[in-house]
Amino acid sequence: MRAPAGSDGLPARPGARHLSPAPGSKEASLNAAIIVFPGTNRERDMAIALERAAGRPPALLFHRETELPRGTDLVVLAGGFSYGDYLRCGAIAAHSPIMRAVREFAARGGHVLGVCNGFQILCEAQMLPGALLRNASLRFLSMDCHLRVERAGTPFTGRWQQGAVFRSVMAHGDGNYFADAATLDRLEGEGLVAFRYCDARGEATAEANLNGSARNIAGILSPNLRVLGLMPHPENYVDPLLGGTDGLPLFESLVDALAAAPA
Amino acid sequence: MIRARVTVMPKAGVLDPQGKAIGHALANLGFAGVGEVRAGKVIELELAESDPAKAKAQAEEMARRLLANLVIESYRVEIA
Repeated sequence: MRAPAGSDGLPARPGARHLSPAPGSKEASLNAAIIVFPGTNRERDMAIALERAAGRPPALLFHRETELPRGTDLVVLAGGFSYGDYLRCGAIAAHSPIMRAVREFAARGGHVLGVCNGFQILCEAQMLPGALLRNASLRFLSMDCHLRVERAGTPFTGRWQQGAVFRSVMAHGDGNYFADAATLDRLEGEGLVAFRYCDARGEATAEANLNGSARNIAGILSPNLRVLGLMPHPENYVDPLLGGTDGLPLFESLVDALAAAPA
Repeated sequence: MIRARVTVMPKAGVLDPQGKAIGHALANLGFAGVGEVRAGKVIELELAESDPAKAKAQAEEMARRLLANLVIESYRVEIA
């Protein structure tokens, strides 16, 4: 059951809206649910990006819920510092009540997007392989970066050409992707690397790999291509007024994929 | 009540920038001859258990499921 905002004893978040599709609506679109943990702070930016692409606002769901709203076809784990990054980034959130439902949703073939802290949570929940270590520089990095699309044609990358380069933003202290060599080889061999850090020309150089990630990996996919985790924030660039729309194709790709083949 | 101590350390081969930074700071303080420095964490648990073997097994299960991330960390459990 989905509780209204504020049922947790916390004040309702201004702007938190809940999905209520018109009965009998035939509009094929995205029924997204963003999970909000204590310390999540990018859910509103994510909601704006999803609404811009899908034409309807996503549901915002608190971490103590145990079920997803009926009809959910995309779960989004947004950025932030869930549970104060205690123990390890994403470790506590990965074991919170709602994550059982998210795991089952993914196991049924549901689409899940994890950005920044959301990527860390997906790794801690073992829904994606590897882990995110402290940035090699030990610095919190808050700056623009470029990403190269390594796997086009997925539900998240359908609007890009293979090898396309786009601008994004990173804002993290622990984004240094790590996995053992065998796992990295498997990810590469199976085409599950979604994005790599690169320079403006698309070269995956060491200089462009600001956080020190293994093989410049910025984002990875599950074997069924329906779970994506990435560190940079595509939701930051969905409006020309805020610096560009380079991140919008990711959300438009999801609308294409989910409108074409409902989960 | 049994007290268990779980020590969690970065695995060999996993970059430990925190340990490196501590090592640099020690060198700046004039401590010579410090080799590799590794930084981990210690978690102390009070367990409502009287059998040390069972307490250890419990703490190990906790370490595997939450306290350590076995992709990047190893753990050791000691019973006090």
